[in-house]
Amino acid sequence: MTQVMDRPVRTTPRVRGAAERSARRRALLEWVAVHALGVAAALFFALPFVFVFLTSLMSDSQALSRDLVPHTWEWGNYRSVLHTPGFLTWWRNTLVYAGLGTVLTVASSLPVAYALAKFRFRGRNLSLMLVISMMMLPPQVVVIPMYLFWAKQLDLSGTLWPLIVPMAFGDAFSIFLLRQFLMTIPNEYVDAAKVDGCGDLRTLLRVILPMAKPGIAAVALFQFFYAWNDYFGPQIYASENPGAWTLSYGLESFKGAHHTDWNLTMAATVLVMAPVIVVFFFAQKAFVEGVTLTGVKG
Amino acid sequence: MVVTLGSRRRRAALRTAAFMSPWLIGFAVFFAYPLLSTVYFSFMHYDGFRPPSWSGGKNWVYVFAHYPLFWPALRNTLWLVLVMVTLRVLFGLGVGLLITKIKTGAGVFRTLFYLPYLAPPVAATMSFAFLLNPGTGPVDSLLEKAGLPAPGWFNDPAWAKPALTLLALWGIGDLMVIFMAALLDVPAEQYEAAELDGASPWQRFRYVTLPNISPIVMFAVVTGVIQTMQYYTQPLIAGKVASGVIQGAGTQFEPGYPDKSTLTLPQLVYNLGFQRFDYGSACVVALVLFALSMAFTALLMRRRGGLIQAGD
Repeated sequence: MTQVMDRPVRTTPRVRGAAERSARRRALLEWVAVHALGVAAALFFALPFVFVFLTSLMSDSQALSRDLVPHTWEWGNYRSVLHTPGFLTWWRNTLVYAGLGTVLTVASSLPVAYALAKFRFRGRNLSLMLVISMMMLPPQVVVIPMYLFWAKQLDLSGTLWPLIVPMAFGDAFSIFLLRQFLMTIPNEYVDAAKVDGCGDLRTLLRVILPMAKPGIAAVALFQFFYAWNDYFGPQIYASENPGAWTLSYGLESFKGAHHTDWNLTMAATVLVMAPVIVVFFFAQKAFVEGVTLTGVKG
Repeated sequence: MVVTLGSRRRRAALRTAAFMSPWLIGFAVFFAYPLLSTVYFSFMHYDGFRPPSWSGGKNWVYVFAHYPLFWPALRNTLWLVLVMVTLRVLFGLGVGLLITKIKTGAGVFRTLFYLPYLAPPVAATMSFAFLLNPGTGPVDSLLEKAGLPAPGWFNDPAWAKPALTLLALWGIGDLMVIFMAALLDVPAEQYEAAELDGASPWQRFRYVTLPNISPIVMFAVVTGVIQTMQYYTQPLIAGKVASGVIQGAGTQFEPGYPDKSTLTLPQLVYNLGFQRFDYGSACVVALVLFALSMAFTALLMRRRGGLIQAGD
């Protein structure tokens, strides 16, 4: 079939008209095929959200049926979830973990990334390879000694501090992503700042920082999402104290407590997903740039 | 003021050390020390209450020969590497290709395709546990209406990993963006030249697109394998929710429901360390995890043809 269409274009006027028509027809067919596939894929990606949202608005009894669309729209489900004891505390804890963690990560990772990108020193490549190795390491590898350290020696289990404090000491993924970004800034800017008499710190803060804003935004977003999504960390350090739970961790206990109430569970799920999606819409560009910059997710 | 070469070099070294210091401390305290400590504990008997005592290779023998969850977890990991990683790379490439071809409403499609990747893992897994639940889930009721068999998904050992794969394909956004960027980087002249030579669409893909993006495909495969080593939250939550364990968080739950089909290596570290209080054996599994992750990370950083350029 395609052989006919791909035959080299001939030059007699009459046939050229036919070839143009067939090319136009082919383009139209391709447009239809591509967009039909696009719509099918869009349904696959969107329908789970739709079903979850619709179920979150069903009455208790209807949520147990096989109905897809609510008979009555129970917006009160969301009020019930927000009034569940603990839910607002989990929100606050998540914001502290994600917010404080993000600030600390950026502040501690930027100078390291700058040194790796712009300084010349012995052991630079080795350091970078170690950073990449740490980035690829599952957190479970070192969790036993880390837990013993935080819980037995510092008596900090039941809090989120064992998760927040390490972020003040550089995060491998953030260092790597920022380093990749800083590599794209020409060295001439650094040299010019030197000539103008700027010290290294001033160069970083006054010259590099403003140019590195997109990279910093991407790192901050990834780190925020990481903390928001983290389940393993709170499970290890906070599980014994519901007052220290985060949303991702508490959500699962919510399901346990509301065993069969899929409507309430789905409402809680929507409330955990929504902020992430709202943040994404405000910062879409930075986020997508970050993904392409490293090719690695957080 | 005369600055000698030696003092200038010392100043440069000091400056480097100062800028690198957060990470140097972090590396020592949160990586090197606990890693060595993990090795140490893997040879100790330690339950967290009585002081650790030397146990030689007992933990190692226990994990490899007697711990009933180790081999199922390793087999699951292999399954996930072969099926889930492969399908994710193919699907990611397919969706990436599709998005570069879409002309009308491209922005809307792109956002829609990307969004599921952002859904927090716990929330996404709970959503799928609901969507796929055999009793009231919309997917099975739609399948039944269409006269198709309705699988037990997360409740059936044969279907639990395919259900997780479906969840992983839903969150394809990261790979889609990477492939999209790579596809747009393929020089347009090469396509034009191929078209002039009369290459069919398949030939153009095979001889122009694929060679250009093969490093990215390789990158996606290797990082996919590394992520599979870390695969924790989704299989754990899926198993917990499907098993109907009441009170979820904090309660004892033997991982891997149904019938060990969702076990992965990181879950074993939690099971051994924090449920069975056998820290020594937990460290053995942790070291297996470490060895596997590092082997694949080395692939990423190979000097020649390495996927991440560490050098200048």
